[in-house]
Amino acid sequence: MERPLTQHIKKDGTPLSLKEYEATGGYEGLKKALKMTPAEVMNLVKDSKLRGRGGAGFPTGMKWSFVPMGEDAPTLKYIVANGDEMEPGTFKDRLLIEGNPHQLIEGMIISGFAIGASMSYIFLRWAYHEAARRVLVALDEAYRAGYLGKNILGSSYSVDMELHTSVGRYICGEETALLNALEGKRANPRNKPPFPQVSGLFGKPTIVNNVETYCNVPHILTKGAQWYMSISKSEGGGGTKLYGASGKVKRPAIWELPLGTTLGEIIEEYAGGMQDGYKLRGLLPGGASTDFLTPEHLNIKMDFEEVAKAGSRMGTGTIIVMDDKTCPVGMCLNLEQFFAQESCGWCTPCREGLPWTAKILMALEEGKGRPEDIGHLTFQTHYNAPGNTFCALAPGAMEPLQSALKYFREDFDEHINSHRCKYHN
Amino acid sequence: MAKEKVVSDEAKKEIEKLFHHLPHKQAACIDALKIVQKYNRWVSDQALEELAPILEMSPNEIDSVATFYNIIFRKPVGRHVIFLCNSVSCWIMGYEDIRKAIKEKLQIDFGMTTKDNRFTFLPIPCLGTCDHAPALIIDEDLYRDLKPAQLDEILAKYE
Repeated sequence: MERPLTQHIKKDGTPLSLKEYEATGGYEGLKKALKMTPAEVMNLVKDSKLRGRGGAGFPTGMKWSFVPMGEDAPTLKYIVANGDEMEPGTFKDRLLIEGNPHQLIEGMIISGFAIGASMSYIFLRWAYHEAARRVLVALDEAYRAGYLGKNILGSSYSVDMELHTSVGRYICGEETALLNALEGKRANPRNKPPFPQVSGLFGKPTIVNNVETYCNVPHILTKGAQWYMSISKSEGGGGTKLYGASGKVKRPAIWELPLGTTLGEIIEEYAGGMQDGYKLRGLLPGGASTDFLTPEHLNIKMDFEEVAKAGSRMGTGTIIVMDDKTCPVGMCLNLEQFFAQESCGWCTPCREGLPWTAKILMALEEGKGRPEDIGHLTFQTHYNAPGNTFCALAPGAMEPLQSALKYFREDFDEHINSHRCKYHN
Repeated sequence: MAKEKVVSDEAKKEIEKLFHHLPHKQAACIDALKIVQKYNRWVSDQALEELAPILEMSPNEIDSVATFYNIIFRKPVGRHVIFLCNSVSCWIMGYEDIRKAIKEKLQIDFGMTTKDNRFTFLPIPCLGTCDHAPALIIDEDLYRDLKPAQLDEILAKYE
């Protein structure tokens, strides 16, 4: 099985130096790209069916194709890596940045070449101190070797790259909010359109992609679109995916597997199944803002289409496992408290609805729930539905709740009827 | 008599260095707050006043940015800050036991600082190390796979 993104990451936890990265074929993709035209690079990425790895799964090549090109296009364009990774239960980009920072940098330079960017930023979340140190070392190495800066490897292409470490807010992961944060502002999301591809950072054309997305790009350049599609088990997209599992499984970790590996394989084979004494009750397939799935869904493929068909989203591909001794109401409370706290406060349904939701769930957990609370919670899942809010934060917050009300309704009722949470003592 | 400055000349120089590649000074606001916090450990009202002419913003505008973000401190913090992850994977894996143990040992809960000013204790969203939950950060050091019994040894490293 091919694992292009992680096969060279060292077991001892130290990052690959520039020399070590080059020895694995690193920066060969960039050399190849510089001999092509930007349009050829963009078409290659389109043909590979690479889809964004941040959660939404938008086709990467298509995203790039909206950037104005040619003589009339603005001379200043930006390429930005979204390394904000604050989706609870998600820990994949940390591995890629800490383990092999040059792979990310190379992916960004190639992507920058494809859209004609002259400046690039790695937007990294505050908590990733070790990753930040490693990125700074790698940037320094890349500049010294001529992979960054003026006339890269003797070509006519020039791009600079800087690290921006965030000061912490979940909403910074939303691409337009991230751009506001990079501009030094409050990270409120922006209206779309205009889309960042046309008017992004400081009003210039900007591409924001997830860290894992960029890490795929060098391999697509060196091995081609056909190869990239051949290593996927999914109809809808190429490549591998970093899957993870946390919670009470035997071996919580991250694995790079073909896109479209089934949930059951990930949970049973790779995570080793449940810890002794625990049964699988449900799972969030791709982070906190995805709908619960249940053991009956273990045969579905973890790709964008099949998870959607089952009523959830692949999201970040990092699975949060809920065992039979964990309270579904308590888990929803923990999730909604997080989303309520991290709401940017810009639009009313999110700012008011999420704390209200958390309050009701808290009442249920404390044994103070009332029968009408089920109706109030259901109302919130509609009130904060897509289209009613400014960005995807509140609709995402409602995904675990609406599915918990569907699959674990008896737990909600029991909290109300018995005036207690049976999972606590 | 003029008040003593809280944004030192050294900090000011560091902030002004950021301007050269930015289209306007306001774009350096977040980094400027980080720099002030690096020197002072928190951002006081006076610091906002002093930042205002440097960034060509009003103190209130800077405050609206400062209060938006989780780890710009607008109140003084202790010599060390404990950030305990309270997000979902750490919740499943029992972060509440860690919280309880810290509460007992240091006599402080979330949002509080010890009387001797040694520790401030704060919750923090997911630290992205969910396969090693529960986890916390003290200053910039990450501790994972935590058990309450390990806390004495960990806390002893910070004076």
